[in-house]
Amino acid sequence: MAALFYIVAGVAVLAALSVVLQRTPVYSALSLIVVLCSLAVLYLLIGAEFLAVIQVIVYAGAIMVLFVLVIMLLNARRETPGDRSRLAPLLGAPLLAVFLAEFFFVIVKQLPRGSESSAAPLDSGPAAIGGLLFRNYVLPFEVTSVLILVAILGAVVLAKKEL
Amino acid sequence: MVPVSHYLLLSVVLFSLGVAGFLIRRNVITVFMSIELMLNAVNLAFVAFSRHLGNLDGQLFVFFVIVVAAAEAAVGLAIIIALYRTRESLSVDDLDSMKL
Amino acid sequence: MATSSEAISLLLVTLAKVAVVLFILLTAIAYLVWVERKVVAHIQSRWGPYLVAPHGLLQPLADGLKFLFKEDIVPTEADRLVYWLAPFLAFTLAFLSISVIPFGESFQWRGHELFQITDLNVGVLFVLAVTSLGVYGIVLAGWASNSKYPLFGGLRSSAQMISYELSLGLALVGVVMVSGTLSLRRIVELQSGVWHAGSHSTFLPHWNVLVQPVGFLVYFTSAIAETNRVPFDLPEGETELVAGFHTEYSSFKFALFFIAEYANMVTVSCLATLLFFGGWLGPVFGPSWLHPLLSVFWFCLKVFCFLFFYIWMRGTLPRFRYDQLMAFGWKFLLPVGLLNILVTSFLLAWQSS
Repeated sequence: MAALFYIVAGVAVLAALSVVLQRTPVYSALSLIVVLCSLAVLYLLIGAEFLAVIQVIVYAGAIMVLFVLVIMLLNARRETPGDRSRLAPLLGAPLLAVFLAEFFFVIVKQLPRGSESSAAPLDSGPAAIGGLLFRNYVLPFEVTSVLILVAILGAVVLAKKEL
Repeated sequence: MVPVSHYLLLSVVLFSLGVAGFLIRRNVITVFMSIELMLNAVNLAFVAFSRHLGNLDGQLFVFFVIVVAAAEAAVGLAIIIALYRTRESLSVDDLDSMKL
Repeated sequence: MATSSEAISLLLVTLAKVAVVLFILLTAIAYLVWVERKVVAHIQSRWGPYLVAPHGLLQPLADGLKFLFKEDIVPTEADRLVYWLAPFLAFTLAFLSISVIPFGESFQWRGHELFQITDLNVGVLFVLAVTSLGVYGIVLAGWASNSKYPLFGGLRSSAQMISYELSLGLALVGVVMVSGTLSLRRIVELQSGVWHAGSHSTFLPHWNVLVQPVGFLVYFTSAIAETNRVPFDLPEGETELVAGFHTEYSSFKFALFFIAEYANMVTVSCLATLLFFGGWLGPVFGPSWLHPLLSVFWFCLKVFCFLFFYIWMRGTLPRFRYDQLMAFGWKFLLPVGLLNILVTSFLLAWQSS
């Protein structure tokens, strides 16, 4: 189990690196799909199998297909660096270093190293999640449906040539 | 059993890579994908904490994040298509004026 | 935690199951192609394959050899890596979903379930997840060929598959609501027995297709669209797009796409059988050792009926126009699927109160 975690985590980090470093958008998209799928495997390892399947269906199967579709539709080829592009890594690298240092500091400080989970394994099946969703979180759930409706309308209005 | 701090470290690394991609990449679609990477890093932290604390609420938050990400992708990609139609470019360097 | 000898025996048994299933499935697909050619030929008053062995029975072997020995052409401008990746992706994903399909009633051998590779308690969602990934094989093939007809085919298929996946998922929700579980094995077990009219028992089996007729029609229609078959074979419509997304593919890589398409048909038919037609349930008779084999027989018979229906459709129906396809998916199937869920949930609530 533990070995599997480190292998999958390694795959996720490598794929994420590839998302960032590839110049061709299709390669970035493919790498991102690998990241998403390896995160789904990690969810499985944690025991959140329903979430893992949802991650693959919604993220890898729907959202990323939309990305790939747009990349193909706009025929996005290799990006060419412009003048200001050279500035971006110069500013970005220090910011990134600060970010990483800050996060590591917090994690190392707040959590004792190698802390085992004391909690009992959760029942995270569809029934448990559904119960929680429709009892404790009904209002946010309904609000997200409005959000999706707004997003659908917005996408149609934005992308349609003439209404 | 893998300690929760390792999950969090992975989450941090992924999030930082997302930030890096957001800053380094010039193609607006790749920039957008870096945002998705950051969202996923946060999701991983949610799930790891949910397991650590024995509380299902963290997993529920992930559902909401996924829903918001789906809505964001739909609108964001529509904006990108609209932008491409007027500017004929996908480089963020060319998308710097508020009006045509 | 399992001991290491248990883990090894689990691994060996699973590998053996995978190998057997893969072998049977590949052979079945080869002969499915033969059946298709024969049936379509007879629908059109032709003979079909007749030269290789009596009734062309060795035609699949000849086809396979032809695929292997043809020249493998890669277009100059193609994106090499993705061009290679796409057919393997399509092939792997098509076979992955078979791993959760139960082929017969529970049959244990030394604690290992023989008629199913693995039983997930979110089996239905797993199949849905794998199908939703299946679109990548086609889209990437279209993009990587760097040629206009494949690109059109890829674009069409991605739009089509996203659209019909929605109604496919919605159609499954009805069954899941009635059954109250996502495990494929459990869903079949809940369909055993016959209908009761008052105190009399009728001869009608308690299959989900009688509980969810609308759900079944929505499922099967969108499933045909998901597998890119006639009348929804727009992504490869030969009169418009040469051969669609696989125009530039030849030899072994083309064979992989070909096998993947038929494997998807088998998966869809298996799922339809399990969810709506009682899976392996059927009349059992004879000595007790025969019962597990009979269950597998019934399952295969039902799946074959669906596959025959696929071929029948191909011989009968013309192709949709693209805008008709989109309008049909979004303006008809999706609302009907939503309505089905609404009615089902009202009936369930009324029943339980």
